[in-house]
Amino acid sequence: MSEKKQERVGVYVCHCGTNIAGTVDVVGLARWAGEKLKHLGVVVAREYKFMCSSLGQELIEKDIKELGLTRVVVAACSPHLHEKTFRTAAKNAGLNPYLVELASIREQVSWVHTDKAVATEKAKAVVAGAVSRVIENVPLEEIKVPINPDTLIVGGGIAGIQSALEIANAGFHVYLVEREPSIGGHMAQFDKTFPTLDCSACILTPRMVEAGTHPNITLMTWSEVVNVSGYVGSFHVTVKKKARFVNEELCTGCAICQEKCPKKVIDDVFEAGLGYRKAIYIPFAQAVPKFPVMDKENCTYFIKGTCKACEKFCPTGAIDFNQQDQYVDLDVGNIILATGYDLFDARRVSNYGYGRLPNVFTNLEFERLSNAAGPTSGNIVLRDGKTTPKSVGIIHCVGSRDKNFNNYCSVICCMQGLKFAHLVHERTGATVYNFYIDMRTAYKAYDEFYQRVLEEGTLFVRGKVAEVTDVARSEHEKGKLIIQVEDTLAGKQRRIPVDMVILSSGLQPRHDAKAVGKQFGISCSTDGWFTEKHPKLDPVATMTEGIYIAGCAQGPKDIPSSVAQGAAASARVLDKILQKEVALEPIKASVDHDKCSGCRICNGLCPFNAIAFIEDDQVSDINPALCQGCGTCVAACPAGAISGTGFSDEQIMAQIDGLLFLNLLPVEA
Amino acid sequence: MNKYLLYPGCSMESSAKAYMQSLNAILEPLDVQLEEIEDWNCCGATEYLGINLVPAYSLIARNLALATKQMNGTRTVVAPCSACYLNLAKADYYMRERPALDVKVNEALAAGGLQYKPGTLDVRHLIDVLVYDVGLDAIKEKVSRPLTGLKVAPYMGCMLPRPDYKHRWSDHEHPTELNDLLLALGAEVIDYPLTTSCCGGHMTQIGPETAFELIRRLVAGADERGAHLMATVCPMCQLNLDAYQGEMNGFFGTEYHMPVLFFTQLMGLAFGKDPDELGIGLELVSSRGALANIGVKVTQPESAGPRRKKEEGLPMPPRLNKRQAEKEAVR
Repeated sequence: MSEKKQERVGVYVCHCGTNIAGTVDVVGLARWAGEKLKHLGVVVAREYKFMCSSLGQELIEKDIKELGLTRVVVAACSPHLHEKTFRTAAKNAGLNPYLVELASIREQVSWVHTDKAVATEKAKAVVAGAVSRVIENVPLEEIKVPINPDTLIVGGGIAGIQSALEIANAGFHVYLVEREPSIGGHMAQFDKTFPTLDCSACILTPRMVEAGTHPNITLMTWSEVVNVSGYVGSFHVTVKKKARFVNEELCTGCAICQEKCPKKVIDDVFEAGLGYRKAIYIPFAQAVPKFPVMDKENCTYFIKGTCKACEKFCPTGAIDFNQQDQYVDLDVGNIILATGYDLFDARRVSNYGYGRLPNVFTNLEFERLSNAAGPTSGNIVLRDGKTTPKSVGIIHCVGSRDKNFNNYCSVICCMQGLKFAHLVHERTGATVYNFYIDMRTAYKAYDEFYQRVLEEGTLFVRGKVAEVTDVARSEHEKGKLIIQVEDTLAGKQRRIPVDMVILSSGLQPRHDAKAVGKQFGISCSTDGWFTEKHPKLDPVATMTEGIYIAGCAQGPKDIPSSVAQGAAASARVLDKILQKEVALEPIKASVDHDKCSGCRICNGLCPFNAIAFIEDDQVSDINPALCQGCGTCVAACPAGAISGTGFSDEQIMAQIDGLLFLNLLPVEA
Repeated sequence: MNKYLLYPGCSMESSAKAYMQSLNAILEPLDVQLEEIEDWNCCGATEYLGINLVPAYSLIARNLALATKQMNGTRTVVAPCSACYLNLAKADYYMRERPALDVKVNEALAAGGLQYKPGTLDVRHLIDVLVYDVGLDAIKEKVSRPLTGLKVAPYMGCMLPRPDYKHRWSDHEHPTELNDLLLALGAEVIDYPLTTSCCGGHMTQIGPETAFELIRRLVAGADERGAHLMATVCPMCQLNLDAYQGEMNGFFGTEYHMPVLFFTQLMGLAFGKDPDELGIGLELVSSRGALANIGVKVTQPESAGPRRKKEEGLPMPPRLNKRQAEKEAVR
């Protein structure tokens, strides 16, 4: 045992109503701690119904002052919940908050055991461990760093635009970085939005224009973040501005270059592969900014060395074939990632025939097909470009809620399927079938829309579609796409011939989400979405201070939820900006340079990019502002050169001693 | 040189003789060596596993146990029959997944002085090793008489790609292995979406009407899409589509004539082998006309068709065909 000066320890056992008291003899535990842990320095041990209540906290504060406690152990719930509460109580009573330990006898004892006698014995061990450990605790001071008021937002979809506007309107500067030539994201591709059926462009474009002209917003489209360093309050970011080959100072956005360009290319991005664009192009009429970009891969001049039609016809001489990629360095205090989603590749579900059967469309293709500004001017027609379908089948959950692909629900598809049904019905009069597993129309005014579509006469078949085929079994199936499905309500197999099939392809994390997450020091869930700090209570913050997430990057969601998250992330950023400085947890790892062999094992392991290698000294070093105190490097260091404040070897060994100490005593029932 | 252990399975010696003959004919040009597992027994086909699991798995595992004795230089067992392949792979998989089954099966094997540790062997289908080990390029190199102009419906059957225990196949509904192989031989491969639909399996024995409908779909699908013949990788598929095509035609009142050959027979033809050597002509629905498209002359005498059973006892009224049956139902 420790031979340091005798500390004065107080032990406080919480009943947590019956949460703990139901399985652990809390009164006996407190009495035991008071008597049997005296030799460790326990001078008082009490139990109370709810330690986290004001009265419970006051009890501790009073003891600290009156009994001169130098250490406090609260045997209650997990530190995740109330560590902060009791640290604040200690601080109020004049004790350094890091001299308080929580012994988790709820999550790790009462909730996981049923035998009261045994659970009580285990609780004793946990408390003894915490007492031994707290003696080794050292007082720590919070680290304060200043906050740069500028913010970086990555992704110019509706979530990113909303975030940018909120912060800019509050008077702070925003850099909005977008990979595509224009902001707007997926929402700009849609025709109508559920459940109100208002035109997507009509509600989106005013926001786009506002973001494009706002004095507090620096718009950087056709750009990507290539490097991030630093920490909350002072991130350093490098943005690559890809060459547009158009001088933005001179360009008026007249689009003559686009008109004159002789090279037609299938537009896989904005038109979802259903339409064409030119090699120099403005992706859509309302694009912000209005400047075109040149697609170097497809430009005749870049391929063959001649053409330059765009340059010849440009009235302001804005075409610049010599333009180079530019790298711009930015200093920002906070970062919001609103990088959106990719569509599930429906070709993977080969039994639905997408890519093989011409009249099988994806949901994004149908959005373009039904869009007045789309390749067919909003005429809903088959792949031949002219025939109006007389019957349409909409298949839900393609790639979603499917063990073979993605387990999760993509959230938007039910409502999107209903919207499509309405549009097809309204514009073509065709018979529409919806094939669903479950209808999920939660949220405001959604179910009413479902009722409306039902009343319009759309047919609903509950069952997962087995196959879409063009192999007819009878005359009336000839020339049609036949949907083979088990109708689970009728309890039989059905074959339904239709002219057109629309697949509700699910939402997927961006193909590069993992790399982007690593770049910004945040993690992805097993499905690949960015992980929030708390799924319910902290949905837009991440485990890395100063990095926030919004919109579909965090998980599938509809437009209202994306907008709400965009605004929420901004509120969190504004809170940080207005505080001007931020207190960081002093739980940090540090490297003893004398012991460090320079093996660099820790460098790649740090999830927060906090460890750098100092070439001159051949040792690794930890940036305390970036370190989140996770302890990975501490455990990994083969030389034992890294130690964590709050998790020193002495503390851990003392805690283990404490836990084992009990085993030496005969068990009393 | 690729060397494997061969589990031929019962049909290769009887109904699928042509498969075995053609397989033997292409081994040498492809530099593949197959060593037959000694004293192998029936895999239980599609029926036994539905009746009693432990004896069924023991029956299969006996073959695996025997194969381990011959593992000099290879641990891969090749089965040319889809049902054999599936059963062998299934036994290996479930013995690993379910330790209790492993114990019981090994108890049974021990009675014969054998044992099998799941995972010891790699069970693969013939087309898998030809496409992925030998490789399409090597196959292409051996083609001396490309099948140019021969329209082939690639029929993989249902048992091969599913359940795919070891992620061997390109896709479970529309696998491309047979397509790619036929393309390498120079054949014109038709779009055949029914490639993994069921041939009826043993339903020909217990519910012929169900089997006839399944056979009709496959044959009609190939016919409507302009195939000269179908290529298959499974003796059971070949048997059902070939031997029951006539009865199916009688049942539906149709007149399909769709020859069904093993893919190895087509490989042999493309390698310049003589049709006789490949067992061509043993099929009941003659491929004579189809192969005339690529100038191949079948010398075997045309089969007289299935021999009729000798009538015994009292005469029966003829079976209703489907149209008649429907008419009856309306009345």
